[in-house]
Amino acid sequence: MFKALADPSRRRLLDLLHRENGQTLTALCAHLDMTRQAVTQHLQLLQDANLVAIVWHGREKLHYLNPVPLFAIYERWIEKFERNRLGVLRDLKRTLENDDDDKA
Amino acid sequence: MTTMTKPSFVYVTYIATTPEKLWQALVDTDVARRYWVGAKGPAHVNVSDWKPGSRWEHQRVDDARTVDIVGTVVESTPPRRLILTWARPKDADDDSKHSRVTFDIEPQDDGVIRLTVTHADLEGDAPMLAGISSGWPMILSNLKTFLETGRAFPQSPSETK
Repeated sequence: MFKALADPSRRRLLDLLHRENGQTLTALCAHLDMTRQAVTQHLQLLQDANLVAIVWHGREKLHYLNPVPLFAIYERWIEKFERNRLGVLRDLKRTLENDDDDKA
Repeated sequence: MTTMTKPSFVYVTYIATTPEKLWQALVDTDVARRYWVGAKGPAHVNVSDWKPGSRWEHQRVDDARTVDIVGTVVESTPPRRLILTWARPKDADDDSKHSRVTFDIEPQDDGVIRLTVTHADLEGDAPMLAGISSGWPMILSNLKTFLETGRAFPQSPSETK
């Protein structure tokens, strides 16, 4: 799964599906400066990692973002150990940045 | 009921279990209460006789057995496929406000099953869309952990006794 996420084009594909879930290959290609074949390969890798799920709707092959494996990572690596500390850092960053804004 | 709009969400998870155990986890309240636990609040269970056309209720495991979601059993083919409609209790009698959830259970190689949860007909209901998109990944993640490890999920202490 981390390998699937390591590529910027594949992350872009996931972003596109997050914005509009359930897209055809053609619709996805319209947003990307890549050959149809390259997009197909990226989608296959995302599918193998279970980050993209396929649903046939009539004759259309629709691609869906499948967030279940991402949730498992969130739970494993972020929620249990780090949520409070990350929250404090985020608030600190926000406070400091707001101070800067006030001065400017 | 055969026509269906494009699904709003599709969730897929692979679980090392049997179709029968997975089916039981969906429909048996004694099993569901051990993993159907969200970020806050008490566990939920699904209550019905699971016959096509019957009503089902998504109930909180609290003293009042508060009903949060209701619907109709559309298809019940154990242990492979369960289709339910899904609505707020106040919209129980208004079919136009019911969305539709399909559970597909497909055995794979090596004792693993693929569970696909498809939620359709949610268009235009932003609060329900938001609740569902944060809810299903957590519930399915809990379900996988529970079936593979037997670990139950603690409920929020403030709302249980």
